[in-house]
Amino acid sequence: MPEILQYHFVQRALIASVLGGAACGIVGVWVVMMRIPFVGVAMSHAAFAGAIFGLLLHINPLLMAIFFCLASTSLIGPIADRGDFDPNISIGIIFSIVLGIAFLGMGLMHGPKTEALNFIWGNILIISSHDVFLLLFITIIVIVCLLLFYKEIQAILFNRELARATGISETALFYCLLFLCGTTVTFNLNIIGGLLIFSLIVNPPSAAFQLTYNLRTMYVLSIVFGICSCLLGLFFSYMFDVPSGAVIIIVSSLIFGISLIFSPKRRVKKYEVSKA
Amino acid sequence: MKWEIAIKNATVSYRENIALKNISLNIKQGSFVAVVGPNGAGKTTLLTLINGLGRLQSGTIDIFGMRVNKKNINRIRKDIGYVPQHILIDPRMPISVYDVVMLGRCGRIGLFRNPGKDDHNIIDEVCEHVGITHLKNKPIGHLSGGEQQKVSLARALAQRPKILLLDEPTANLDPRAQNEIIDLIECIYKKESLTIIFVTHVLGQLPKVCSDAVLLKNGRIITSGSIHMVFTKELLSEVYDFAVEPPCMKMVG
Repeated sequence: MPEILQYHFVQRALIASVLGGAACGIVGVWVVMMRIPFVGVAMSHAAFAGAIFGLLLHINPLLMAIFFCLASTSLIGPIADRGDFDPNISIGIIFSIVLGIAFLGMGLMHGPKTEALNFIWGNILIISSHDVFLLLFITIIVIVCLLLFYKEIQAILFNRELARATGISETALFYCLLFLCGTTVTFNLNIIGGLLIFSLIVNPPSAAFQLTYNLRTMYVLSIVFGICSCLLGLFFSYMFDVPSGAVIIIVSSLIFGISLIFSPKRRVKKYEVSKA
Repeated sequence: MKWEIAIKNATVSYRENIALKNISLNIKQGSFVAVVGPNGAGKTTLLTLINGLGRLQSGTIDIFGMRVNKKNINRIRKDIGYVPQHILIDPRMPISVYDVVMLGRCGRIGLFRNPGKDDHNIIDEVCEHVGITHLKNKPIGHLSGGEQQKVSLARALAQRPKILLLDEPTANLDPRAQNEIIDLIECIYKKESLTIIFVTHVLGQLPKVCSDAVLLKNGRIITSGSIHMVFTKELLSEVYDFAVEPPCMKMVG
């Protein structure tokens, strides 16, 4: 194993694992607590639609993917609030729109669509230094936002209406959270892929949720599980020569399964008749 | 007279339903006002109008002498404690009672600042006053309905509000928990000299310290004033559409 660490692509993959695991771990806590797990799928398809139109219009597909994602993510909150919907409905609407646009683009497009499809599948082993810097940038933004607005975010995760009633600018902060979720997904898409992102923002925080009644501990566990999923996934992928993305998903799912088994939240106190 | 809350010609509608129809109401500082009426009368809407959670379609609201608008609503909300009707809390929610009470300080502390020693002292004091000190480290989802309602009161008091809005705080509680909450509200009113607006549709649950009342029906104020004037058999029967005795009069009298 050590000799493989000399390769730059492996070093980049390891750094991306740590950064992606950490960013997705934090954002995942918001996603799980706000119960909007499909934000990942919606964003990956928005990126796919953007990339398709980028290729069609001869504009950089990554730029178009980011533009489509950011536009979609900035619409989730306002659509939910204006229509008086659950954010999940709003995400479903966005998902259907971007999927329609993606299919339209695919119908108009001739030739290979591999570059666009990369946004759905991704490949952590072929990422560039530029991608790693992009990932570092979004990870720092997410961590800084969490530290600066920790108490406000906690209030929003507990109850949006109560947060607003105490005088917090809840609507602006809620939209920012949704925007950050979407942006994190977007910046990770080209690197890890839409499907992997979905598992990384749902499985580690869900596992952490099973193990603690403390939000701070949930953030820490979620980050640790996210990073472990990526690193162990990469290791097993190298050991058994299998696709890294798939193994990362399996490892994160296993971590969730183990957490579920040992979850104190599932424990049931037994009543002993002799003590009665 | 300078009113603490002055609502003028306010109308609120939710899609097809007009929840409040051109109502006007003035509330003076330090009064304990009961808002009474049948289900769907617009009681909760009236409360959410005061703290800006409800959307005003027409009319004006002045609180602390300030005209409420989008720019100053967050500043005004910091002085208004709000206890909503029983909210559903996931029993596995990873947030402790202490954190929920601290949530009440969020607006006061402001952005980019962490709770200081004063804030922690206020939380300790409020928890002791409400009688939830022993529950501080428990997960919020593990508490009973009555305990959660006490936490909700503690959170609202942690704001150090000038106005306290209570939306059916005793709903869904057993008789003992109802009495505890009512005693607590009376104690808070006497100690803190707040303006309290207490929404209920059960007359028997009104605290003894209640001085004024507003009768609501179908989004309209039927009458308002001192409880002796408002809680008459005729008016209550008109509001509830069947003969209702005014039990509160006995309590207050």
